[in-house]
Amino acid sequence: MSTTTNRLLCGDVVVGNHLPELAYPVTATTVVLGALAARDWRPMHHDKDFAVNRNGTRDIFLNTPNQAAWFERFVTDWTGPYGRLQRMTFRMLGSVFPGDTMVFRGVVTETGVDDTGCGWAAVDISVSVNDDPKTTCKARVALPMTDDDNPWERTGDRWRP
Amino acid sequence: MSAIGVADIEGLIGVEQYEEEGEFPVEQGYVWTTCSSVENGNPLFWDEEVADAVTGGPIAPPTMVSVWFRPHHWAPGRTTQALPLQVHFDLKEGLGLPEAVMSDNTIVFYEPVRPGDRLRTRQILRSVSDEKTTKLGTGRFWVIDVEYHNQRGDLVAVESYTGFGYRRDERSGPEEERS
Repeated sequence: MSTTTNRLLCGDVVVGNHLPELAYPVTATTVVLGALAARDWRPMHHDKDFAVNRNGTRDIFLNTPNQAAWFERFVTDWTGPYGRLQRMTFRMLGSVFPGDTMVFRGVVTETGVDDTGCGWAAVDISVSVNDDPKTTCKARVALPMTDDDNPWERTGDRWRP
Repeated sequence: MSAIGVADIEGLIGVEQYEEEGEFPVEQGYVWTTCSSVENGNPLFWDEEVADAVTGGPIAPPTMVSVWFRPHHWAPGRTTQALPLQVHFDLKEGLGLPEAVMSDNTIVFYEPVRPGDRLRTRQILRSVSDEKTTKLGTGRFWVIDVEYHNQRGDLVAVESYTGFGYRRDERSGPEEERS
């Protein structure tokens, strides 16, 4: 389990900053645990025979909802618990299989403060295997402006994701 | 839903369809299972004191929003059920497009989801393109929104899916399913 007790402030983020890289060796357990955690019972995420002979893939593969959970973890490892996701856009390019080492990378593309005073950072992130991107994600995350600010306290008209 | 035709599409755009409540309330156990599956140590999900201080009590990871609508693998007395993203399958069938891929999807997060919440969802077709030819085949792109609300009527998330339903051209190769 990683530890995320930091509080990244909006003013500490600069376009071009890189998020700390995360490399993870994927096993069949990773794939099956992720599919069942996402309540995805479809056989190509736990039955290799089905995946190979019906889907035409080389093995079972990570499902999309679980990849979203990985991306969320990757972003909030960087921001700490005060980082509040606003939006994420995924593009699926390929599959991640047992035996792969998936590598998450991210870079800050934009920062800003909206009309309500909420600070945010936009990041381009990806998961790759052998430098071949498998899924890309554009995310925007709200960040505290000061040590007293907390994006999670925003609601209604004060939250414009 | 019965088959639809191209002429029926205009009437479906913007219409709220397939509103349903999840089969079970948002539960803490699944939050931990999901965090464990990706080794997410965010203390919001593991430390009650942090959750109280930062988010006013426990919340679920925002990206779990669709998890609460995936039906049990089996349930007593069940005969048929709407598929997640049923509008997508309606379009495939109604427009005679046997193959489909999702090119991208966006999730926008609003009010936090909390253990004990009972969420409701509905699907809204936003657009359907004219016929286009890509390397996969000939068909149409469409955008479907899935809205999620909690039991108080607060919007908690909107997912937007862009799909491409198509017929394979003779030169098109097979497309593996990725989802």
